[in-house]
Amino acid sequence: MTDPHPPTPHDREVVDADALPDRAAALLAAGHRVALVAGHDDRATGAGLRAVYLFTRAAAVEAPESRVELHVRLDPERPRVPSLAGLSFPAGRFEREMRDLFGIVPVDHPLPRRLVRHFHWPRHWYPMLSDAGPPPRFGDVDGPYPFRTVEGPGVYEIPVGPVHAGLIEPGHFRFSVVGETVLNLKARLWFVHRGVEKLFQGRTPAEGVELAERISGDTSVGHTVAYCRAVEDALGTPVTADVARRRAVLLELERLYNHVTDIGALCNDVAHGIRNAHAQRLRERLLRINDRVTGHRLLRGAIRPGAAVLRALPDPVELAGIAADAAGIVAGALGHSVVRDRFAGTGVLTATQAGDIGVLGYVARASGVACDARHDHPWTVAPPPAHRDHTGGDVLARFVVRAEEIAESVGLIGTLVADLDGDPAGDPAGDPTGPTMPTPAAQASGVGIVEGWRGTVVHRVELGADGRVSRVKVVDPSFLNWPALPVAMADTIVPDFPLVNKSFNLSYAGNDL
Amino acid sequence: MTALGVLGGALQAVLVVVGSPLLVGLMRQVRARMEGRAGAGVGQPWRDLRKLLGKQPITPRGTSELFRVAPVLLVAMTLVVAVVAPFVSTASALPPVADLIVVVALLAHGTVVLALAGLDTGTAFGGMGASRETTILALVEPTALMAIFALSVPVGSTALPAIVGSGLQDPARVLSPASLLAAVALLLVVVAETGRLPVDNPSTHLELTMVHEAMVLEYAGPDLALVELGSAMRLSVYLGLLANLFLPWGIATEAGVLALALGVLALVVKVAVLGAALAFAEVFLAKVRLFRVPELLAGSFLLALLAVTAAYFPA
Repeated sequence: MTDPHPPTPHDREVVDADALPDRAAALLAAGHRVALVAGHDDRATGAGLRAVYLFTRAAAVEAPESRVELHVRLDPERPRVPSLAGLSFPAGRFEREMRDLFGIVPVDHPLPRRLVRHFHWPRHWYPMLSDAGPPPRFGDVDGPYPFRTVEGPGVYEIPVGPVHAGLIEPGHFRFSVVGETVLNLKARLWFVHRGVEKLFQGRTPAEGVELAERISGDTSVGHTVAYCRAVEDALGTPVTADVARRRAVLLELERLYNHVTDIGALCNDVAHGIRNAHAQRLRERLLRINDRVTGHRLLRGAIRPGAAVLRALPDPVELAGIAADAAGIVAGALGHSVVRDRFAGTGVLTATQAGDIGVLGYVARASGVACDARHDHPWTVAPPPAHRDHTGGDVLARFVVRAEEIAESVGLIGTLVADLDGDPAGDPAGDPTGPTMPTPAAQASGVGIVEGWRGTVVHRVELGADGRVSRVKVVDPSFLNWPALPVAMADTIVPDFPLVNKSFNLSYAGNDL
Repeated sequence: MTALGVLGGALQAVLVVVGSPLLVGLMRQVRARMEGRAGAGVGQPWRDLRKLLGKQPITPRGTSELFRVAPVLLVAMTLVVAVVAPFVSTASALPPVADLIVVVALLAHGTVVLALAGLDTGTAFGGMGASRETTILALVEPTALMAIFALSVPVGSTALPAIVGSGLQDPARVLSPASLLAAVALLLVVVAETGRLPVDNPSTHLELTMVHEAMVLEYAGPDLALVELGSAMRLSVYLGLLANLFLPWGIATEAGVLALALGVLALVVKVAVLGAALAFAEVFLAKVRLFRVPELLAGSFLLALLAVTAAYFPA
């Protein structure tokens, strides 16, 4: 049985830098979004630098999904691209990232400041270039970080982090506040740059899996499936429908445990601890199911290029019981007038703002922007389209959307498990390394798009002629969603920030790579 | 100054200092069990205090003496209340101090001192916590004074021993509308003043939502131990006052060993039951939005006002 959703053939166009804005504008006008922008250093193969822009459009009734790659070749002495920031906000963020990592300058960028590299990283040192070498000594090179100063009577600043009281990732938040109302919030991230994309280079596709699993700890499956699909796309070796189903089961299990955890955490943030205690109980049951299914509580080790081998299939009846329990927690929380009052109208992200910023995942869906890679870029059974009643973009909407997705995930797992006929391992059982992947005839590239629990994960992989990975570009939905958090915080009061932040629950590591 | 007053005062001081952390431990344990958790045990706050007291004292750069004396002042002022107010016996070691208005002022001063210490650190959190705490304090004080007024009208005195003694002699007065309304109003005062739900969440780690905890974020080691002890003592003193103002039975009226023992037992049982009930109720509560706290406290002020009005209509 072959994959009913073969990889979408995507168009690769080599365009001149000067022609890029017009081509991009045409694609955006045709309903595409900027899914990924990546720099490449091709000097090893005798070329220069290269910028790749991936535009995607969701599948719809009238047209299938579309993926268009624009490749722009650049002079390594003077790498410059015209900025697309005026056309697409995410493109502007990607360009700043690309400038920091490759030194590719976006001309006429409205905010030509550093993004990824903190100011103590030396000037003119671009870590992703092939000749970057080991990191040089850090120093205070480019001056202090330019926080926007808000002035006026009674305005003061609250700096928080990067070290926090709880067990959370590092991020610095600076609130400009009058009384308790937030006038301006600046989230300064990028404290955890590990150079993951560089670590991929030179590995075999199979060796890349362990890295993909660790890009963002809570999205192991999302990133691994996106990575494997990109590798398979590059090699032209689609997986069987059953492998795709097993991967989808794991994706939904990951969605389940994260959604259940955050449902409880949101209640805990309004000091309604009893619901959190119950959510933690459900989370533990889900983690044990994960352990039974894959041998790892965070679902690692089951997915490889060309394969997905489970130890057992989850029991849909047990999951349905957990979903019913979770629904009880949600109903109790929403029936509590104080909890509901704290959630409703807090941290509103309007549909217009969500669309302009290009947010993904449940944050977008809670603001009424329908985007879900399971429908937009299907590769296996998608959940039935759901009608959302809560699209106000506040904490309540994000809470309810995630609660509804718990039941939908359980339903989808039921369908997938039934289709799998109780076969957890499939053909490659007994072969712990999975199928042998072919070596590409020449350089090859592929794209993997997956709906992780937080939103759409995109990986773009390039393989060299030796079959090793020459470049991986990773896009976690957090990269696109982070700018929305300060927007949603406008006119919200300071003590509500932890709640709004938790309702977004963005990854620092997935953002910073 | 009577023998009963001195004996009772000494007993009360020991009882409050030793018992307060146990009360906090009990309340946490009740909450943990209600949530299906094992809990750390009733003795955990004392273990924490022992750990903190064994640490090296350390204060932030740039803080003044105020920051260093604030924890001592907090404990000292609460200790004065613990000695003079009628908890174990109706007699007071220092009768002029055992006045409701003086006692409430002493307890409020503890808050003020901590707020000043929070401002003294010069950090955003210290200032933020101090600002929130004084806002709440300013809203709570009128309620407290009104409720006191309602209790003192029938007795004709604001002296605590007199109010408690009259409750013993005339049990029907405790069940009068004025007394019941004042009890509810004072309960809300206690909740707000001791930083309990739904006003403040004592167990949060989210700095931005804190009220009381934000003020004391910079404390560490033995100073933090004093702040923790002082906060626990305030809680038990408030609950002890509440218990004896509205349920005075069991309190010692003479200086016998048996009477004093009974007084101690009655106080321990009353405060423990009240604390456990509070912790039990907290399981079902959530923290209200900061801007709704004034509404809650306005409600308690209204109850206190009604209590005063009712106090002028003899049953």
